[in-house]
Amino acid sequence: MKLVFERSIQGTGSTLLPPNDVEAYDLQEPYQRKLALHFPELTEGELSRHYSELESNAFGVNRGFYPLGSCTMKYSPKLNEECAALPGFADIHPLQPAHTVQGCMEAMALAEKLLCEITGMDNLTFQPAAGAHGEFTGLQLIKKYHDSRGDSKRVELIVPDTAHGTNPASASMGAFKTVAIPSKADGLVDLDALKAVVGENTAGLMLTNPSTLGLFEKDIVEIAKTVHEAGGLLYYDGANLNPVMGVVRPGDTGFDIVHLNLHKTFSTPHGGGGPGAGPVGCKAYLSEFLPLPRIVEEQGSLRFCSDSENSIGRVKAFYGHFLVIIKALAYILTLGKEGIPYAAQNAVLNANYMMKSLEDLYTVAYPGRCMHEFVLSAESLKKRTGVSAMDVAKALMDHGMHPPTVYFPLNVHEALMVEPTETESKPTIDAAVKVYREIYDLAFTNPALLHEAPVKAAIRRPDEVRAARTLVLRHSFSS
Amino acid sequence: MTTPTNYSYTKTHEWIQFLDEETATSGITDFAQKALSDIVFINMPSEGDEVTCGESFADIESVKAVADINSPVSGTILETNETVEEDPSVINEDPYGSWIVKIGHIRAKDDLMNAEEYDRFCEEEEQ
Repeated sequence: MKLVFERSIQGTGSTLLPPNDVEAYDLQEPYQRKLALHFPELTEGELSRHYSELESNAFGVNRGFYPLGSCTMKYSPKLNEECAALPGFADIHPLQPAHTVQGCMEAMALAEKLLCEITGMDNLTFQPAAGAHGEFTGLQLIKKYHDSRGDSKRVELIVPDTAHGTNPASASMGAFKTVAIPSKADGLVDLDALKAVVGENTAGLMLTNPSTLGLFEKDIVEIAKTVHEAGGLLYYDGANLNPVMGVVRPGDTGFDIVHLNLHKTFSTPHGGGGPGAGPVGCKAYLSEFLPLPRIVEEQGSLRFCSDSENSIGRVKAFYGHFLVIIKALAYILTLGKEGIPYAAQNAVLNANYMMKSLEDLYTVAYPGRCMHEFVLSAESLKKRTGVSAMDVAKALMDHGMHPPTVYFPLNVHEALMVEPTETESKPTIDAAVKVYREIYDLAFTNPALLHEAPVKAAIRRPDEVRAARTLVLRHSFSS
Repeated sequence: MTTPTNYSYTKTHEWIQFLDEETATSGITDFAQKALSDIVFINMPSEGDEVTCGESFADIESVKAVADINSPVSGTILETNETVEEDPSVINEDPYGSWIVKIGHIRAKDDLMNAEEYDRFCEEEEQ
């Protein structure tokens, strides 16, 4: 399809924008633009067609089943949007004096309190813009903590081999050295391997629990003890909090720092519908290191406090993505104390139901009970039929559903990682299971059809090598 | 693809060809390039870097995954293969002809396999 700039017809226009109510001001040299801006010129009708076409080429939770493993693509309730659009939240400016936006401050303070209660943390910052940014922020807390004790040799972060790729990446960004530890045959953290690598250089352990294999690290208390006794801290990657929210509190199992993905666990829009939010919570003894500003209460009113000698400093302008916080708060208040664990339990139930419905055909990488997601391996299917995990994923697109995460985690060959989430009904999951089973059968009867898939999608098989090697990151205007 | 008999192999699917007692070239095996699929990028070490047996000296990115390349020996990087760096897809076409680094001053070797042992090792991995 064409870009909006390519649809532009000079001289056409629309009257979508209200008249300018600010006095015109001529900027002087050197601030004056030399070239006119490239604004597309379209009639309202053409513009509407452009966005409708974009929408028809995109796939989201609103369109169909979206079991993208470790991404928790749950439905984003419309009520969240309605709350965030309330004028008191929407029509404010981040530079407004705190006493004029006490309601907004109170909403953020309440969201902090509730997320602390869910995670077992004492304080939390909303500054980080998304999950990986939260990781970076959390690791800065670890660094600052060790530095504050004059313990400068702690440069190693331990990361299991099932970790999200962002973990070692964040470690590198934070100037740590990643020490990877292999999982045991059952997919869980190998305590002996952990004990062999902890020591005076250990800054901490980054752990996702449940892991990306959809398994709960049942030795978590022993793991925490091992890391703490070596002088390290425990970092909780909140990507997979969904199946334990309101059931297990990371803080109670020994974690010192937590990041959350509000756009995963707490139902705020995800992907192109973002922005995300990656709040970071910590235990009280680390709170002095949190980024500034922080919300504090003083004589009955709330204000932003920007003075703390030991803070790691700012990690983002203002205080994060405010309206995303409001949407997450609306979700938490809607579900309440009973609804939060109930949602978690249903996420686990849905995943187990779907896994059980497929385990006689596809190989379940780690059989037994799973948490919010499960990993299938198409390795034996590929050996027998030539049909790979990628072929299965592409074929699913022709059936109006999003493929699961593929080729991750790395320790499972031909991995298909499926996370249905709690917001899918039994009929939806049954329909998906039927399609997964049909594709499996087709691999034996007509594999060529699967190598060709997708045939109905807007984009069929993109040239991934070219996409990775020849990056086109900006549009070049012809004039 | 036949596994060259004049090379040695690691359990993490690297090959090494000794040019003399102290110098060798190293790359990744056919098994490794197949598992990775289309390779798009290699993060090369610098000349003069010290490498250690079994520790990563480069990382390699394919359309599917990013993986470490581990050193079969301890020594010093003498040279990196610019042709491979510019277009790493040559590894997919010719894994045993596409050396990634040349290592010198070799002082220790990993527990290496010969071609026959490596083929057997890959067969076991497949099962």
